[in-house]
Amino acid sequence: MPERKEKEREDSAARARGIWSGTVTFGLVSIPVALMPANRPGGPHFRMLGPDGTPLARRWVCSEEGTPLSVDEIVRGYEVRKGKWVVVGDDELEALEPKKSHDIELQEFVSCDDIDPLYFERGYYLVPAGGSTKAYALLARIMEDTSRAAMATFVMHEREHLVALLATNGILRAELFRFAAEIRTAEDAGLPEPKKPDPARVAALRRAMGALEAKALDEDLLRDELGEKVEAAARKKLAQKRDVVEVEAPPEPEETTVDLMRALRKALGSRGPGRGVAPARRAGSGRPMGGRRKRKRGAASAAAPEEGS
Amino acid sequence: MSARAIWKGAVVFGKSRVPVKLLSAVEESDVHFRLLHEKDQAPVSQRMVRPDTGEEVPREQIQKGYEVERGIFVTFDKDELAALQPPESRDIEVAQLVPRGSVGSYWYERPYWLAADAGGAADYAALAAALDAEKRDGVVRWVMRGQRRVAVLRAHDGHLLLVTLRHTDEVVPPSQLEPPPGEKPDAKEIRLAEQLVSALEGRFEPDRYRDEYQARVRQLIEAKARGRKLPKREAPRRRRAPASLAGALEASLRGTRGRKSA
Repeated sequence: MPERKEKEREDSAARARGIWSGTVTFGLVSIPVALMPANRPGGPHFRMLGPDGTPLARRWVCSEEGTPLSVDEIVRGYEVRKGKWVVVGDDELEALEPKKSHDIELQEFVSCDDIDPLYFERGYYLVPAGGSTKAYALLARIMEDTSRAAMATFVMHEREHLVALLATNGILRAELFRFAAEIRTAEDAGLPEPKKPDPARVAALRRAMGALEAKALDEDLLRDELGEKVEAAARKKLAQKRDVVEVEAPPEPEETTVDLMRALRKALGSRGPGRGVAPARRAGSGRPMGGRRKRKRGAASAAAPEEGS
Repeated sequence: MSARAIWKGAVVFGKSRVPVKLLSAVEESDVHFRLLHEKDQAPVSQRMVRPDTGEEVPREQIQKGYEVERGIFVTFDKDELAALQPPESRDIEVAQLVPRGSVGSYWYERPYWLAADAGGAADYAALAAALDAEKRDGVVRWVMRGQRRVAVLRAHDGHLLLVTLRHTDEVVPPSQLEPPPGEKPDAKEIRLAEQLVSALEGRFEPDRYRDEYQARVRQLIEAKARGRKLPKREAPRRRRAPASLAGALEASLRGTRGRKSA
């Protein structure tokens, strides 16, 4: 898991220029595209500071000797049985990497209704990269009209990935899927065979459901409440000059969803500020989306280590 | 290999309380390496140090700093942070019931199964059946590990599936974007593309796809554990594409004839 977060962070750093570029192919049609992340890691973000406020760094030490280690002294091992390690070198793993490829080859189109929410891992937008946008528009339109998603595998970050391409509002998105081997089905999880429901109980529940029915998700439910509270508490302490530490060379400011949205709009060739009007405000929230974290989580994570909440 | 419950609570809905256990629907299957000190093959561990002196800072002296202005951190201790967390609760509250599939998948974060806990099997089955009959998904929230979670509650073949959702400041939804401007496809291209999409129609069968890289890493470890080498891999295939969009569509259609029976 920390590795995954780390990966998402790397994605964040590279997002402005698109983190992958290549070609979507279906049949013999090819569409040059770049991939840009649709998500960024969230949660109130803290830095580890020493007693005098110095941002701390992480160091590796040997668990036996307690001595600090340099990168050259560290190898990667897999424990095949207790205490018995197989050491695997970078070159050995590189040899196993999939052959570099710049194609997302759409293998089949499936009904959007059949796509199981179990598999979604994280999302990217596809933005047209050079030349005509006609084939892009055509694919998005057909997929929306027919309510289809396209399944494909492709190579990114030296790994094979499974994606579902989805179209919304004329925009193509690649949702990275977990491979089936990473998913526990209900059976894998040990869930018992479903019981036959009692019709009277079902009817009672259905009657009670009316009160909670809504047309669409209330996005206000998705506000980061903890993040807002931490921000408010930090502002209060700052005003009272309590527990305030100034750091001389703070790491680079972190990109927010607002930055990401601007980059996406630019890459999609949007002419105006767009419907949302940047920075977009969320319904019921006075705060710009992601504005709270405007200055956070720089690239210099080695110098000042980070910790999620 | 039945999974262990990571949380227990109850889905609260109107007057009913359905006791449930939460199980992860994700099993990290990637080969997980440890970092070792090469000399003695002892696993390495992490320490926090001052970057200028390399001096180790013991855990109890480390403060958590929140950057409130550029370069200005406000520190919090454990108790202060705990006080900001939402109150503990065992309730999974149903906040909304929305049309099935209407929550944008760009919000999805991670799936969990709900299993009926002691005495809850009948209500669990009824809740799954009622959601299914109404063609609705629940939008639910609860507090787990000091954090408020929001998820879609979906009836899934008689079981209940929870898919947690990301916060609004973690996602750029498509509604905030506009499609790329430019030339629109003509009627012929649309018709050809429709035909091509239907020729390439398939069923959603994600278990057909495998992470070959992980399989190869596993093979490598097994081979090395026995002191053997791995066989070589074959090179991938290539193909050419015609120039015009309509031409490419037509050529593709010719290529797909007869594929459906395959």
